[in-house]
Amino acid sequence: MAKEYETVIGLEVHVELATKTKIFCGCSTAFGGAPNTHTCPVCTGMPGSLPVLNKQVVEYAMAVGLATNCDITQNCKFDRKNYFYPDNPQNYQISQLYLPICRNGHVDIETESGVKKAVRIHEIHMEEDAGKLVHDEWEDASLVDYNRSGVPLIEIVSEPDMRSAEEVIAYLEKLRQTIQYLGASDCKLQEGSMRADVNLSVREVGTEKFGTRTEMKNLNSFRAIQHAIEGEKNRQIDLIEEGKAVVQETRRWDDNKAESYPMRSKEDAQDYRYFPDPDLVPIHISDEWIERVKAAQPEMAPEKKIRYKEEFDLPDYDIGIITGTKQMADIFEETTAICGNPKKVSNWLMGETLRLMKETGTDPEDLSFSPKHLADLIAMVDKKEINSSVAKEVFEKIFAEDIDPVAYVDEKGLKTVNDEGALRKTIEEIVAANPQSVADFKGGKEKAIGFLVGQTMKAMKGKADPGSVNEILREVLAQQ
Amino acid sequence: MSDILSLTAVELGKAIKAGEYTAVQAMQAVLDQIDKTEETVHAYVTIDKEAALAKAAEAQKKIEAGELTGPLAGVPVAIKDNMCTEGMLTTCSSKILSNFVPTFSSEAVINLEKAGAVVIGKTNMDEFAMGSTTETSYYGVTRNPRNPEHVPGGSSGGSAAAVAAQECFFALGSDTGGSIRQPASYCGVVGLKPTYGTVSRYGLIAYGSSLDQIGPLCKDVTDCATILETIASHDPKDSTSMKREDTNFTEALVKDVKGMKIGIPKSYFGEGLQEDVKAAVLAVADKLKELGAEVEEFDLAHVKYAIPTYYTIADAEASSNLERFDGVKYGYRAQDADELHRMYKKSRSEGFGPEVKRRIMLGSFVLSSGYYDAYYLKALRVKALIKKAFDDAFAKYDIILGPVAPTTAPKLGCSLSNPMQMYLGDIYTISVNLAGLPGISVPCGTDSNGLPIGVQMIGDCFAEKKLIRAAYTYEQAAKEV
Amino acid sequence: MANVISDETIEYVGILAKLELNDEEKEQAKKDLAEMLDYIDELGELDTTGVEPMSHVFPVNNVFREDVVTNGDDSENILKNAPGEKDNMFLVPKTFD
Repeated sequence: MAKEYETVIGLEVHVELATKTKIFCGCSTAFGGAPNTHTCPVCTGMPGSLPVLNKQVVEYAMAVGLATNCDITQNCKFDRKNYFYPDNPQNYQISQLYLPICRNGHVDIETESGVKKAVRIHEIHMEEDAGKLVHDEWEDASLVDYNRSGVPLIEIVSEPDMRSAEEVIAYLEKLRQTIQYLGASDCKLQEGSMRADVNLSVREVGTEKFGTRTEMKNLNSFRAIQHAIEGEKNRQIDLIEEGKAVVQETRRWDDNKAESYPMRSKEDAQDYRYFPDPDLVPIHISDEWIERVKAAQPEMAPEKKIRYKEEFDLPDYDIGIITGTKQMADIFEETTAICGNPKKVSNWLMGETLRLMKETGTDPEDLSFSPKHLADLIAMVDKKEINSSVAKEVFEKIFAEDIDPVAYVDEKGLKTVNDEGALRKTIEEIVAANPQSVADFKGGKEKAIGFLVGQTMKAMKGKADPGSVNEILREVLAQQ
Repeated sequence: MSDILSLTAVELGKAIKAGEYTAVQAMQAVLDQIDKTEETVHAYVTIDKEAALAKAAEAQKKIEAGELTGPLAGVPVAIKDNMCTEGMLTTCSSKILSNFVPTFSSEAVINLEKAGAVVIGKTNMDEFAMGSTTETSYYGVTRNPRNPEHVPGGSSGGSAAAVAAQECFFALGSDTGGSIRQPASYCGVVGLKPTYGTVSRYGLIAYGSSLDQIGPLCKDVTDCATILETIASHDPKDSTSMKREDTNFTEALVKDVKGMKIGIPKSYFGEGLQEDVKAAVLAVADKLKELGAEVEEFDLAHVKYAIPTYYTIADAEASSNLERFDGVKYGYRAQDADELHRMYKKSRSEGFGPEVKRRIMLGSFVLSSGYYDAYYLKALRVKALIKKAFDDAFAKYDIILGPVAPTTAPKLGCSLSNPMQMYLGDIYTISVNLAGLPGISVPCGTDSNGLPIGVQMIGDCFAEKKLIRAAYTYEQAAKEV
Repeated sequence: MANVISDETIEYVGILAKLELNDEEKEQAKKDLAEMLDYIDELGELDTTGVEPMSHVFPVNNVFREDVVTNGDDSENILKNAPGEKDNMFLVPKTFD
């Protein structure tokens, strides 16, 4: 009988914090500048430069720690991790080994198939990001850009508590949601502001002892993570079945080839010679400071869900989608605050917004239209200034370019014609021109009125209120 | 003009303010002296005569316009070559930085320039401040102006020699284990290592970050207090920089030690101490006693453990601090290495001298897996005990008095062959760095060969004023004899 | 000498420190390292049970910067000393990635 195996997975998740400046200098963390334009002597390791800690980094790290049920290490400090690589300008990374800022936490996850469990967090530590290496084909050399060097990161290290790719995705989704709610990071996997390294081992079902684990790097989408977990699980099982040993090593996942390969060479001794950084002083986190950060904690998704149910009485499914991301929930709440109609706001989000997101491949965190514009649109529909098909057309513009709907409708002349005389005149003309349809209607074909409404709307260039058209049309037909 | 060179920095500043000399004349006098003596002494790595004269002319204008009024306005200064100077070569006396031109200046240099002092050039040193003789410099040895067959001490040997040879009016040095005080003693000048955190380390190319401090090398105690007052600052760019209110050090230039309690560690006068050094230092104690101080011998704990503790900590930090010299961003890159790790190894092996490599190897070893606890953490624990020993001493005494070094300046070429012996010479100075204390070296006579002897006074943290008062009192009294 | 440093150790430390020693230097390094370690071993005489390792001599905590951008584009200065440069970046031998 074939043996059954269990996969044991722990994650090291790196998250780039949403500070304006780097962790140890006043350089901008903004994405996309020309190479080395966001650098200074500190983040390029110039001789004589010294680091000074960005306070906001500590606050964000604490916030994430508190939201994931960690103990805050009230006396913590930074250590140097020494290794040579060109993206690491000092050839040591300032990180935390001995006293990380957060320890012993957990997050509760629920997978799509309904598995509920707690994933324990071993620690969260603060550290600096490395620069970027680009391969130059022409020179057959590499080029270094230090714009990302010194961008603050937290590394969230879980215990080996996950057993499947599904659990891993649920854990990452939960972390992402929590951190986004805190505003501590935008957590975009593709842009690298959230990165996950997967530690994986397999063991026979029923055994206590963990197998030898490997660490997989370079996973920059949920899809890649899923593939890498499947691939690595199978690779390890194959090795075991063949009677070979799994080697403890770091492997790089190539998502295009769907395979991984070992990363290290002889020159990487993996002996980082950690020691306390003498250029930085210890951090003392008082009880008051912890209380302050706790008090500033925003309302998180689980609390929002309960409140939305009570306050707005929306369907559970809708609440789940809206509170799923901070950005969606913010748009919902701000729009509702302006227009006072939660149901309509929810309808716009659940309907048109989700449709357009799907069509354009937009992630919720990238939604960029302003609640004011959506509220204005809803108000115009309420006041029958525009009809629903015009509203949908205008919303597409709001979604894509965040245009001001009032000005746009004005400019394009999309307002519903409320001149009853003009409308009645048009309808009378349509009725006169379509005797067959009139006869059909009179003959009991209720459907025929649809054709006449359509003709009227066409003649009015879509700017009539369908309700009014219907009403007047019936009057006119009754008089025939 | 003939005696301008014999003025102290403060005297020169006054003379410039009074219109007796201009800053340009002062600079020219120094440059002329450099032309005469530099061939023998070799105190400098880099001198930019034109820039120095131009900056002196600029300072003179500002002095005349009343914009610069401080005591050091217009005074020429030499800077140790491990402090960054914008636009001026900064080598740490190493091949690996042979082409490095910083784009910013160290905070201490900026403070001096704000006060109107004019930089002459950069002084020679032991490579990356690792050494006690200035013989490990890639750019050749510096000779002791008092006797060119002898070393000037180190690592700030170039700065001490430049002051002694009148090739500047004062200089900045750095002190990680005695690197200001010992060359000051060997060259017969005054040198002070301030309390850790008093002078910003921003722009100082680090050797042992938890031990490094910048301080003055100068002609007398008045200059010393004046310079320290100018360079001390709380710098938000240096996380270890201290906020101090009491940096008006010149107020302590008072000739009075009545009631001052001076402790003399018995173990500082044991085996290995040159007889005439011992006699000269004890004579200082007698003099201060005569002037009203209470002098007492005592047992300072853990003295013998200071050297191994120091070399463990300093070399561990150095091994990490010097990793950035890799041929990627600045400095020397070996040309014929196209594989990354070969490039690293070749650049560093060709760029660093033997003493630097020795310390990097030791430092890397004591931090490596399996040894960290036994060596590095153990040293940090002993450091705590050494600090405690000083705390106990300063509960009883205002200052501690002793020699700076066991001997006067050795002959050139005698020290490097036995590094261990050289390290032992640091016995009296390094515990001061481990405990973060201030220490001053003041000339107190010569040995039978006419080589200068220095006395060291050590104060509690932030007690520079007590040191300055005791040193000034002794200096003034010695003049009267 | 109590401590004996092997060729492997010197090789290993050379990899960590990115230093390449020739045979003569290696022999010297073995001797120097052993001698220093013997000396450092003397610290073992001291009982340090219960003594906290002291990294900083002063009990100073919490030195922070506010999260405000203070630096602009300084790339010209940053690249000024570069041994190899291309397209505003540092040119280095090919890396594995």
